[in-house]
Amino acid sequence: MATVAECSKELHVLAVDDSYVDRKLIERLLQISSCKVTAVESGTRALQYLGLDGEQSNVGFDALKVNLIITDYTMPGMTGYELLKKIKESSVFREVPVVIMSSEDVLTQIDSCLEEGAEEYIVKPVKLSDVKRLKDHIMRGEPQANGKSGLLKRKLIDDIQASSVPLSFSSSVACDLESSQLPSSLSSPNCPFKRPKLL
Amino acid sequence: MNSNQLQHQVLYMRRSLFDQGYLDSEQLIQLEDLQDDANPNFVEEVVSLFYSDSARLIQNIEQTLSNRPVDFSRLDDILHQFKGSCSSIGAKKVKDACSQFREYCNAGNAEGCSRSFQLIKQEYETLRRRLESYFQMVKQAKAA
Repeated sequence: MATVAECSKELHVLAVDDSYVDRKLIERLLQISSCKVTAVESGTRALQYLGLDGEQSNVGFDALKVNLIITDYTMPGMTGYELLKKIKESSVFREVPVVIMSSEDVLTQIDSCLEEGAEEYIVKPVKLSDVKRLKDHIMRGEPQANGKSGLLKRKLIDDIQASSVPLSFSSSVACDLESSQLPSSLSSPNCPFKRPKLL
Repeated sequence: MNSNQLQHQVLYMRRSLFDQGYLDSEQLIQLEDLQDDANPNFVEEVVSLFYSDSARLIQNIEQTLSNRPVDFSRLDDILHQFKGSCSSIGAKKVKDACSQFREYCNAGNAEGCSRSFQLIKQEYETLRRRLESYFQMVKQAKAA
């Protein structure tokens, strides 16, 4: 049974944003929330760091410990959406939660990110409360082994969608399901738009 | 001015920035909340970054506007970036000027874009002056 992650565990976050100002901001927001941050300026750089760019065969030791990837949507070259897709295609990193940040509050954009497997979509400017909430959410659902409880969560969500009968399960998975039952309408620009993950 | 008067000045200038619509109070407070003993100048550092970023973006707009035919798509990209950083530091008037520019951009109106650009530069310069005075006053009050 998955348990609540130890509070002493430090989250290692990879932050991706082409804006100097926003990169500095997200870096500080994460630092002050006791996360270790690696901030890069593009999707290409992010893939290089993760060893997914096809050039490097060895991913850095540090990169393997990335627990969360938070990326801007609109970037020159590779968009956050394209980066999200590449991460989800990777067997090593597909279970790492990816959060999209954007100044655009466009439903179709939000939808396509969530459908591609984004954990959350946060409307900029990102606030400290957003980061705190995000961190709590990630820490609660932290997988025990590589992707095992991640798969378990998805299967349960699948069952629920099929039977629409509430199941009883461990607390960390319960938290995940609670969030999946949030109403699908945006109540405010800064509310994360959450839906059950589609497989 | 003594310490009290300096503090008063700081509060007055701060209040004016908000009331006159130059700065979004919520966003400034968000930034100030990220300051601590280890990072005592965070707000000024971000604002400095905003200045250099804005200078670069303004130059890009200038260049793009002077090319024929006008590349509205490129202009929109630049303005999106500019709006974004304005949002991050709460630069309201500059952000609104950017929105106006984007509307002319979407309409393919080069003349409108040029006029909006003048407004953007104006608002940016005013904000910069006001912020520099404000931060100087904050320093003085702290030292007193």
